Amino acid sequence: MSSKPNLDHATFAAIKGRFPEKRFRATEFRGDSTLIIEPADVLTVMSFLRDDERLRYSFLSDVAGVDYLNYPAKMPGRFAVVYMLESQSRDDRFFVKVFLEPTLPTDGTIEDPALWVDSVTGLWPGAEWMEREVFDMFGIRFRNHPDLRRILLWEAYPAHPLRKDYPLRGRGERETYRVVDRTTA
Amino acid sequence: MGLEAALPAEGFLTTQLRRVINWSRRNSLWPMPFATACCGIELMATASSRYDLARFGAEVMRFSPRQSDLLIVAGRIAIKTMPVLQRIYQQMTEPKWVISMGACASTGGVFDTYAVVQGCDQFIPVDVYVPGCPPRPEQLIEGVMMIQRYIDQEGMPPMDGGKRVGLGLAVAPTHAVRPQPVGLQY
Repeated sequence: MSSKPNLDHATFAAIKGRFPEKRFRATEFRGDSTLIIEPADVLTVMSFLRDDERLRYSFLSDVAGVDYLNYPAKMPGRFAVVYMLESQSRDDRFFVKVFLEPTLPTDGTIEDPALWVDSVTGLWPGAEWMEREVFDMFGIRFRNHPDLRRILLWEAYPAHPLRKDYPLRGRGERETYRVVDRTTA
Repeated sequence: MGLEAALPAEGFLTTQLRRVINWSRRNSLWPMPFATACCGIELMATASSRYDLARFGAEVMRFSPRQSDLLIVAGRIAIKTMPVLQRIYQQMTEPKWVISMGACASTGGVFDTYAVVQGCDQFIPVDVYVPGCPPRPEQLIEGVMMIQRYIDQEGMPPMDGGKRVGLGLAVAPTHAVRPQPVGLQY
């Protein structure tokens, strides 16, 4: 990858004008522009992106988690949360990424204080289930989320399975599941 | 026509009660479709007029386990679905039979992940495995007929110490497969 990213998305200029004292990172790939922000800035930046007259990112189309364990390139953190924004009035897309670095072992479900991000359900109510899925699969927790429970796996599941240090075939959960018979049904 | 024509003029025949009961049971296998994936589409085709599962008395798809005695597991079973499947099996009326339809229900298929059960026979007794991805309706009908033949011969399903044991039969091709072309041919 030798070509330099083309950072000419108009949203970058608007962000610079609104937050002149903050330093952001940004990248671009094949027309998709991404702004990389610090976890503490999520709510201020996101509400600006939603409410500014020139931007109006009214629709949060997805929230995804990424695990960069053993990624070939050096990344600012192991985990990332990606927000995919869409402006329905301007027909424009923009991506915001937050990197997180775990401080505790990641093979279980222990709560890591470094893996907390502010929830954006106050800005886009549709973020609720998408953030629950990121929590379920990656163990990234969302502050002030109205109902942060697992959404796909059951509550007692002993891991967050989309983390790269979790084996694809699991650690025996599918083999040791309980057998229901006449006495327990 | 049919049975009546075989009767003598007096209009009665003598047989064993066991045979009459087996005859009526084998011709009224009411399926409980547990269709979770594309095998379910083939299962629907099997019940449709082209393949006509009604010829075998198994066309009455019952969506209540209380009214059915043939569980057709069609599709992959996630671990989270497993207690539902087991409970449905427990609620079915005796004598009951299970067909594991397709690669996913029998072995997990291509879904070798933490979330998918690698064969529902780890959790419920399976009588007939129907291979295929998905199996053709003819194969599923052959699976139903295997259970019918077993009921004809034995009547009740095998038990071991009060627990139901699966028959463990597998549908095999009834024809010889022609040599398949390998590689490029010019």
